[in-house]
Amino acid sequence: MSLEELYREVILDHYRNPRHRKPLDRADAHAEGVNPLCGDEVTVELTVADGTITDVAAIGQGCSISQSSASMMTDAVLGKRIEEVRELIHRFKAMMDIDREVDLGLDPERPGAVLGDLEALQGVRRYPVRIKCANLPWTTLQEALDQLSDS
Amino acid sequence: MTGLEHLRADFPVLRREIGGKPVHFLDSAASSQKPVSVLEAMDEFYRCCYANVHRGAYTLSVESTDRYEAARTRVASFINAPDPDQVVFVRGATSALNLIAHGWGGTHLRAGDRILLTEMEHHANLVPWQMVAARTGARLDFIPLTPEYRLDLEVFEDKLDDDVAVVGVTGMSNVLGTIPPIPRIAEAAKGVGALVVVDGAQLVPHQPVDVQSLGADFLVFSAHKMLGPTGIGALWGRPERLEEMEPYEGGGEMIADVQLHSSTWAAIPHRFEAGTPPIVEAVGFAAAIDYLEKVGMDQIAAHDADLTGYALDRLAQVPQLSVYGPAGVEGRGGVISFTLADVHPHDLATILDQHGVSVRAGHHCAKPLMRHLCVPATARASFYLYNTRADVDALVAALGTASDLFGVG
Repeated sequence: MSLEELYREVILDHYRNPRHRKPLDRADAHAEGVNPLCGDEVTVELTVADGTITDVAAIGQGCSISQSSASMMTDAVLGKRIEEVRELIHRFKAMMDIDREVDLGLDPERPGAVLGDLEALQGVRRYPVRIKCANLPWTTLQEALDQLSDS
Repeated sequence: MTGLEHLRADFPVLRREIGGKPVHFLDSAASSQKPVSVLEAMDEFYRCCYANVHRGAYTLSVESTDRYEAARTRVASFINAPDPDQVVFVRGATSALNLIAHGWGGTHLRAGDRILLTEMEHHANLVPWQMVAARTGARLDFIPLTPEYRLDLEVFEDKLDDDVAVVGVTGMSNVLGTIPPIPRIAEAAKGVGALVVVDGAQLVPHQPVDVQSLGADFLVFSAHKMLGPTGIGALWGRPERLEEMEPYEGGGEMIADVQLHSSTWAAIPHRFEAGTPPIVEAVGFAAAIDYLEKVGMDQIAAHDADLTGYALDRLAQVPQLSVYGPAGVEGRGGVISFTLADVHPHDLATILDQHGVSVRAGHHCAKPLMRHLCVPATARASFYLYNTRADVDALVAALGTASDLFGVG
């Protein structure tokens, strides 16, 4: 599938109709990320109960890659345990590493939107400058998780 | 059409295909491509006569020194400098501006002095002055832009007073393409005794420049934007201004005598060329100038103007496309910044690349100007002698695809 088709089918869908973009009424963690290179901004908020992400929001502005990545990320982490989310961050960043081929290792019972959508971003690996855009929400999510373990 | 199309054969990289499509290289304002003659001159020099310059009493070093100094003479004649010793080889325009800011500004600026720059400077002609202002207590001030994206010269003249110690201005904006009237600005600045620094990184590759009529004290430019190699550029200065400037880097080559506790400086220009200089790059720089002069700087300027006019006309027909820069080709170079509806410029550049069209997207090292324009970034197409109307057509066609994809229009 060409990058253009990826843009059309998945990335633009998340860009135009971002999921979980409404700020949370009450957040256990709140982190803000900025990509100084292009001005992309993402804020991640989480609520957590018994080690599980019970609610998530990603609010921001910027290019379609950073904002669709944020939207897909919220779908992917909601309802997951924190250690699973940390593993997912690790896998996502490995996927965006141009020198590595990785097994995404997602739950085969519900690959659906999650696996398909995240894979769409793999196409931007050819553009190292854009990898930072795709990674921004995930780096910000990691900061939010770190706040939880600090407190 | 100005008939420079045959030159394309001299640039090997233009034969490349990107994603099965011929490359349409529209990013020469960032760095230009290189003709075979430059590549061969550097290669041949490495093979035949390379050695370090200035110190060796042996044939290879003598030949190497001759070629290095001949390159200086070549650069001097290109900008009509009366004496090659007025040309200092530097790493590029950025290091030249740092040398001026620290070497001249650092020793001459006093608290209360003003450094008058423009709102459209590249970070290279802004950040070094911020650093020196913080150290000396001098203050920064700025010449604003008119709504037509030109310098507001009335405000400039109002701001000029005896406190203005430096006027720093770009010869051509790397974002807007605006070419300010340097001789007029320099003359007014001279009236208050200010040092006039011209960032010629965009201007010198594209227009004939004569330092004897420009009116500036310093002119800086980079080889890599004018068909030459990276890693070398030139600083031209009036002899009396060069004398006033302190060296910024110490080391070999730049000294007359060295004691354990102090040293004296070599003569100008070597005083400002500490360490082994970019010798082979100087040879490539000279070969690039040979190439440019063979084509003719007037022809290059006319070609740029023709393509820019054509591109402005075609882009005006693209729905929801905004161009940031002067409307016509008068007082404007071949740099066109634009945005397409609410499509992020980085997305735009990625889509255009899928069609072989190479444009830059981002803040173009001019963040204050982006804030002034109220955009986070723009896409930018820029032209040089090897570009053709077919490149513009490819850009416009690819913009159409991007519009469809993002549902614009």
